[in-house]
Amino acid sequence: MPMTNNLDPAQRFTKTEFVVRKERIQSITKVLFAVMAISMIIPLLLIIGYLFYHALPSLSWEFLVEVPKKGMRDGGIWPAFVGTLYLVVISLAIAAPVGVFAAVYLNEYAKDNWFNRIIHLAVINLAGVPSIVHALFGLGAFVYAAEFGYSILSAALTLAIMTLPVIIASTREALASVPMPFREACWNVGASRWQTIRAVVVPNSISGILTGIILQVSRAAGETAPVMFTGAVFYKAVERGELFPYQLNEQCMALSMHLYTVATQVPNVKESIPYATAVVLLCSVLLVNAGAIALRVWLRNHKKW
Amino acid sequence: MNDMSESDRLPTLPKRSVVSMAGEKLLEFIIRLSGISAIVFVLAIFFFIFREAAPIFFSENFNLVKFLFNAEWYPTSVTNVRYGTLALTVGSISVTLLAMSIAVPFGLGSAVYISEFCSPRLKEALKIIIELLAAIPSVVWGFIGLTVMSRTIISLTGAPVGVNLLNGGLILALMSVPIIVSIAEDALKAVPDSYREAALALGATNWQVVYRVLLPSAKNGLLAAVLLGIGRSVGETMAVLMATGHAVQIPHGLLDSVRTLTANIAAELGEASASSDHYHVLFLTGVLLFILTFAVNLTADFVIRGIRRK
Amino acid sequence: MEHSEKAIEIIDLRLSYGVKEVIHGLTFDIYRHEIFGIIGPAQSGKTSLLRCLNRTIDFESSATVSGTIRVDGSDIRRTKDIYALRRKIGMVAPLPVGLPLSIYDNVAFAPRSSGLTKKADLDSIVERCLKQAALWEEVKDRLHTLGTALSGGQQQRLTIARALSHQPRILCLDEFSIAIDPVTTMRIEDVLKELRKEITIILVTNLTQQARRLADRTMFLWNGDCVELDSTEIIFSDRPANSKTYEYVNGIFG
Repeated sequence: MPMTNNLDPAQRFTKTEFVVRKERIQSITKVLFAVMAISMIIPLLLIIGYLFYHALPSLSWEFLVEVPKKGMRDGGIWPAFVGTLYLVVISLAIAAPVGVFAAVYLNEYAKDNWFNRIIHLAVINLAGVPSIVHALFGLGAFVYAAEFGYSILSAALTLAIMTLPVIIASTREALASVPMPFREACWNVGASRWQTIRAVVVPNSISGILTGIILQVSRAAGETAPVMFTGAVFYKAVERGELFPYQLNEQCMALSMHLYTVATQVPNVKESIPYATAVVLLCSVLLVNAGAIALRVWLRNHKKW
Repeated sequence: MNDMSESDRLPTLPKRSVVSMAGEKLLEFIIRLSGISAIVFVLAIFFFIFREAAPIFFSENFNLVKFLFNAEWYPTSVTNVRYGTLALTVGSISVTLLAMSIAVPFGLGSAVYISEFCSPRLKEALKIIIELLAAIPSVVWGFIGLTVMSRTIISLTGAPVGVNLLNGGLILALMSVPIIVSIAEDALKAVPDSYREAALALGATNWQVVYRVLLPSAKNGLLAAVLLGIGRSVGETMAVLMATGHAVQIPHGLLDSVRTLTANIAAELGEASASSDHYHVLFLTGVLLFILTFAVNLTADFVIRGIRRK
Repeated sequence: MEHSEKAIEIIDLRLSYGVKEVIHGLTFDIYRHEIFGIIGPAQSGKTSLLRCLNRTIDFESSATVSGTIRVDGSDIRRTKDIYALRRKIGMVAPLPVGLPLSIYDNVAFAPRSSGLTKKADLDSIVERCLKQAALWEEVKDRLHTLGTALSGGQQQRLTIARALSHQPRILCLDEFSIAIDPVTTMRIEDVLKELRKEITIILVTNLTQQARRLADRTMFLWNGDCVELDSTEIIFSDRPANSKTYEYVNGIFG
């Protein structure tokens, strides 16, 4: 194509000093922010690498399924691992339905009045209560007042109340992402609120709801303080690899508390044992979260509208 | 295919069965009940903690003014029991301040970078990494503080002990950055794209858009992000328990050991025998923490809702 | 044309959102088997009026309604079964909303909600309604694919089929042609002319010519007031009773 104008369009403008300066600031800030973002991630990768490196001597399948030996100075973490599974499953079995129903109430039923604003504030504050305060509550309410004693039940209930507000928040967000016209279309043909929720709202937000719940699996698994004073013990004798070693009214070991114990309370532990415990806890948590994220991405790509 | 003739009658619609209507009513009742549960739990938490704390007010060794403003914490002393939490409060505040002075600039900077500067693919990746960072359990952070961070601090500063204020502050900073980033990123995302486009169309660079358009319009959301980061730092227990050392003292430098309100409860609750003064006073510390975080969260919520109203 | 039976009777209807009144006392009747056109610029209360009819306005917490609306002679505010009322009134929204369900489930949704479970009955309703909405030929081989995957025009006809699936006595269309092409609009208009034999149609439109083509009587609504209500011929003639009507209809304002 012949050039009709012999001037390169870019050269028709000369950059003023102001423009040059503003472009320089632009590139400096861009680099600065990039460095900030990266400086958050790089040290962390190094730290995780460091943990792995020190954990290597102990990391094996045996470490996972073996019970602790010689006063926790040797052996594995099986009772703690199973204990954590117990706590997570039971607490979410309680928190998930209540949380999802509460979110359905807040998002689908609640009118904008003072009472529901108070519920909203309660959820927000519940989410911000420090975990040690939850521990105090669990101790006062479940262990003593309800007389469940130090037990898996007390600990799981405490964890349930702790995870509840986050499940409510994530479920609400998922429900709110379903466009309003879908609901109106359903109401217009004479469907009740619940029929609308069941047929259209929940099926189209289930991915978000599930992701929110799965993310709480990892949170419940990692929490230490709330279980430490309500149901977790330093040591509990369990058979190697035994699948159902605990009763609801018994105390159990928990991975998070086990890490705290071997890292701070037991002298002369083989060095790699706390590292390996930390790595197992970290990896379980990150795997569950990665799974939830993968589920969310997959479902987002299969969205129906 | 045969066309339907006009005379074809459609099946008439039935009435819903009584069972299905009643089931729906029951379910809606349960849903409403669950909705109210959040209020019940918040009240219950306050009630049960306060119930365990209340007996301390009748103890002769206790004085509310001293509890709040005295730095001497000797809960198990045989001769002269003193319950002053000032050192613990200062511990909490100093660790939080240190953490925030690192986490806020880094968190907001990262949020701006993720939201405005990087490519969509990198953005997706960074957001996932941040989500994973937020999931690392606090006891693992504490362990990192106890090991890696402690050794690094000793070798860099020559301090005799590596678990101290600096360590706790750094660990808390690393822990709160993901929260600050994700909430701040939400706030920036909430600024309509039309603002950005309008500014870019006037020849503004990305940075000018951020500085002159986004920060002013997202400032409430960013403030809320910081507040929630503070809330999390104040409430954090296991990480500070393991990383800050154990000395109950008002710190004079970054390398002093401190103890926070939360760590103090975690460290001593196991040893305090039920219904002793010590036990009650720990619950009172819990009440204090509950009220403190309640206030922070309430403020954050009002700040966030400030934006929605506009 | 016999205008004997009243399908809807509206007496002094007022509606406000918070303190702002948007409908200021409307009184009119709609007769059985007519196409009743409502024209007027945006924000004149047309959609709100329709939402009062099937009481979906109840979902708007700031809205307060006063006055009386009778559908088939019974006051809708005293009705015990609000869902039956909504089934009596078919509603088609401005933008097509295919529910994220299959085409079949979209149309079968309303009958199922009212408790119909027999497969054969549902099949016949789905087929009949899709035929009435002139969509059957296009989708009969893919009834179990997603309704949201249809084109805009098809989705709007799907919406009409869904509005017909609960066998309404009255069909309300709210600016149904806003998001679809003229050809599809014409097809739907033909469908409406057919349907008129069986049911009453309320046609809210901001295309004045559409009301002229279809409506038997037309109401000009402006800022929540009825400016004029008369037979379509008079509204669109050179001498409607109100000069505003003439100006609006001829594009001088609005």
